[in-house]
Amino acid sequence: MKSSVFAGAANIWRNLPLKAKIGVGLFGFFVLAAIIGPQVQPYDPGAQTPLTMAAPSVQHWFGTTQTGQDILSQVLTGIRLTLELALLVGVIVTVVSVLIGVTSAFLGGIWDDVLSLITNVFLVIPALPLLIVLLGYLSQQGQTPTIVVLSLLGWPWGARVIRAQTLTIRGRDFIAASRETGEKTWRIILFEIIPNEVSLIAASFVNTVLYAIGASVALAFVGLTNVNSWSLGTILFWAQTDSALLAGAWWWFVPAGLAVALIGTSLVLLNSGIDELGSPRLRATRGTAKVAGHKIWPTDPTPVLAQLQAQRGPLGSFLHSFSRRSLLEGTSAGGEL
Amino acid sequence: MTEPLINGVPASGLPGADAAAGDGAAAPAVNADAEQAGEPAVVQSVAAVRGPLALEAVSLDKVFKLGRGKTLQAVRNVSFGLYKGAVVALVGESGSGKSTVAKLLAGQERPTGGVIKLDGQPIDIRGGRAFRKYKSQVQYVFQDPFGSLNPVHDVGYHLTRPVRLHQPGNKDVRGTVTALLEQVRLTPAAQFVVKYPHELSGGQRQRVSFARALAAEPTVLLADEPVSMLDVSIRLEMLNLLDDLRTRLSLALLYITHDIASARYFADEVLVMYGGQIVERGPAEDVTQRPAHPYTQLLIASAPDPDNLGSELKSGYAAGGGAARAGNVGPAAAGCPFSNRCPLAIDKCKQENPALQLLTPVRAAACWRLDVAAPPLADSAVSPK
Amino acid sequence: MAPILEISDLSVAYRSDSGDVHAVEHVSLSLNAGEVVGLCGESGSGKSTLAYGAMRLLRPPALITSGSVRYSGRRITHGGEPVDILSMSQRELHRIRWRETAIVFQSAMNALNPVLRVQDQLLDAIQAHLKLPRHEARDKAATLLDLVGIPRDRLRAYPHELSGGMRQRVMIAMALAADPEVVIMDEPTTALDVVVQRDILSQIVELKDRLGFSVLFITHDLSLLLELADRIAVMYAGRLMETGSSQELMREPAHPYTRGLLNSFPALHGAKRELTGIPGVPPDLRDITPGCPFIPRCRYATGACSAVDMSLAPVAGTPAQAAHLTACPIVTPEVTKEASQEEVAS
Repeated sequence: MKSSVFAGAANIWRNLPLKAKIGVGLFGFFVLAAIIGPQVQPYDPGAQTPLTMAAPSVQHWFGTTQTGQDILSQVLTGIRLTLELALLVGVIVTVVSVLIGVTSAFLGGIWDDVLSLITNVFLVIPALPLLIVLLGYLSQQGQTPTIVVLSLLGWPWGARVIRAQTLTIRGRDFIAASRETGEKTWRIILFEIIPNEVSLIAASFVNTVLYAIGASVALAFVGLTNVNSWSLGTILFWAQTDSALLAGAWWWFVPAGLAVALIGTSLVLLNSGIDELGSPRLRATRGTAKVAGHKIWPTDPTPVLAQLQAQRGPLGSFLHSFSRRSLLEGTSAGGEL
Repeated sequence: MTEPLINGVPASGLPGADAAAGDGAAAPAVNADAEQAGEPAVVQSVAAVRGPLALEAVSLDKVFKLGRGKTLQAVRNVSFGLYKGAVVALVGESGSGKSTVAKLLAGQERPTGGVIKLDGQPIDIRGGRAFRKYKSQVQYVFQDPFGSLNPVHDVGYHLTRPVRLHQPGNKDVRGTVTALLEQVRLTPAAQFVVKYPHELSGGQRQRVSFARALAAEPTVLLADEPVSMLDVSIRLEMLNLLDDLRTRLSLALLYITHDIASARYFADEVLVMYGGQIVERGPAEDVTQRPAHPYTQLLIASAPDPDNLGSELKSGYAAGGGAARAGNVGPAAAGCPFSNRCPLAIDKCKQENPALQLLTPVRAAACWRLDVAAPPLADSAVSPK
Repeated sequence: MAPILEISDLSVAYRSDSGDVHAVEHVSLSLNAGEVVGLCGESGSGKSTLAYGAMRLLRPPALITSGSVRYSGRRITHGGEPVDILSMSQRELHRIRWRETAIVFQSAMNALNPVLRVQDQLLDAIQAHLKLPRHEARDKAATLLDLVGIPRDRLRAYPHELSGGMRQRVMIAMALAADPEVVIMDEPTTALDVVVQRDILSQIVELKDRLGFSVLFITHDLSLLLELADRIAVMYAGRLMETGSSQELMREPAHPYTRGLLNSFPALHGAKRELTGIPGVPPDLRDITPGCPFIPRCRYATGACSAVDMSLAPVAGTPAQAAHLTACPIVTPEVTKEASQEEVAS
């Protein structure tokens, strides 16, 4: 059983397109930074030193702020805090949206009407005004208020998508067949329906994390969240407040901004890979295909080998004759060497 | 509608006169004009010789609400029995109601009228436990081998679940699963237990579906077009497998199909459905070789017949003697459902919906014009009054 | 008279990183004017791939690896040499598509656009290939519906408002819009009931006689082809197993696969025989045995069968010019007839 999990994972890795692999690698790097960051950071992020607004140097790799705080340490702490928040929001939102989405689709009838109503109400709540009001109201205890608010506003989107997918799966014969077998409803939901939605749920999770990062950084930048915690957004907030741009202190906002941008990018790349994993059809129709060394579009007429070979010039044919493909074409058995 | 006695003792002399007293309660028919007229026939099922009655459908009706006040009567007054060790075929076009009948018997839909009896007792499938108990006796096999297995689970899971659910005391689940696979001839079993549906061919998937149904150790198996989506050359093998299972396990098999030729080959009794009603029933060989009802005659004439080498198809004439041109007409709303396509239809057909008229003790057809449609049979039939 | 469509030695393969899948291997088939040729086979036989490949309709990773497809329609050749569809450019192909060769696809439910009215779809097909002024195109659309026996008021209907049989007729009408010479029909009646099927088929034959096109009819239903087609080609695992007139195949099937197929259709009339179909399963094309692909399921297979070259040769005992060809060198009709008589006797 264990080996099959590893074999499965290895198989998935092999089938990922390059961009998804880059995404995984990049995100993994940041996760690593988040885990070991606070251990390896050279200074306490809030510790002030006399070396103010200093450019990057050997002692301060990312330079210092206006009050002499080490930016590298701040960024490392920031990565951890931001990722913590985003992943937590991701988990909460995914759990809630799956619960509501699957239940409303599977039970149907009055349950569906009620849950869909709730979903729609939360969808249309204006996010920013609500955020401003709630955050202003709640006492500034670390990141919890932000997590709560973002979760509250983030779940309806996933719930709608998962509900739609569940409705489709519900109509499939194998669900009716499990009812024929006599399975209980909760078992059908948990073991028959949800395993078929894994790639959708994973994509939804990644999307939510992306949304949480963007939202939390934006909120922090505007100053709505606790300005004394060192999330990436807060770093940017302070950089903005203390006119880092005007002073030419690029080292203050560039690392934090770059971190946010790179984390976001890695998530997007990762997501595209999940999409293709879940739907093999997407894999097959990835634009052009390479047949016999030529690019063929899906709208082209079926290529004829003789024509393709004729299109290759003499030099091309010569070079091509060394390739493995040409050996395949040449054998009379059409590929069995 | 009164309860027609399917497996009852044949009425002495004239069956019509002996039919249950009075006309009883009206069925919740949507269209009163389509209410069947004439004395209900007491038909013996030829399948009864194989074994005792297992499942019985009595005057089943199913009306679907289509919204905006419109309704669709998918099944009207359908009665028949399934006997252990026998195959009963339900033949009809799409829209004839045959799949709905199967779903009613499987408990997937509730009848709006009539009663289903298991071992003589009306069934009660309200609530999870009662439904599961019913499922351990009556199982339904799906038509589409590509959709009826969950792609994320392997064959072993598909078979282990029903064994766990229906044989709770079973200590050797793996052994039972192996035995099931061997029963459907998927050997070596160990090789198949770990396979996923996408790794199996259509025929293999359908066998897994059969095995899953058999895991519940049912008495009744409802097979809805079990081979229509399989390759031609493996269909017969699959039907032979079903036949084998039915004899060995004494199953009461309901075989639903649109292919009347396979029904002749495989079934003991054939019931022909049109517009939600049974229009003809009788021994498979008799019904297919000497069809009485005009609709059955049309079906037989339309099926591809390679022996007919001088076929009209090659010379471009419309096929089938007196048979009607199909066009796009559905069943008629009033009177006999076939009246709007039948070449023999007269006014009475359009006004009164005929009930099954007895032709022999084991054959019946629902038609007012049997004397014209099937003269030799009608003559020898016992007339209702 | 040259055949209107002549497929010679056509091979189609699907390229993938793990090697080629040979969906069609060296198939030669000809279609004469006014003829109905049936292409029969099960899943994996390559019958659809053959037809679509011949028309250059397959998408990558499909690749045509050998052969030629010669078309001799008057409008293109003007009495001269036939043209090879495989060597045409995209522009040249556009000229022959729909106007010379048309295809009626399987499952009209999926081939018709659910959000367009029937009239708009017909106009679409007409305008794409015939440059007609709008009112003339509308008239033509109405005429086409008359041709296939659909009331004109259905022009304004959406596909879901029509029955299955009517949708298939609309597909046929669309195919005939530009008056083609060759009509390829891919399982046009598979999803329909036998009564509707017979109706549509007789309509097709009637239209064929009236308008003078040829039909390549692809199906798995051999019993239907025996009634409908003039000649039949039986395919298995991408190769032709047997070709001949429907009479010949019916009375004296030469190839064990053909005989097996005939035994797979329970007879509706006549004596009730004990039928077994063909043991085994249709092959996985990635995993073909060398020589004849039917070896695993053939009761007559010998060691020599894995070296057979699968070319078609006249059936033993028939004149060389005859059209009844088989790919099996060891089995003759007598052999299989004896074998089936043994079965009946035992």
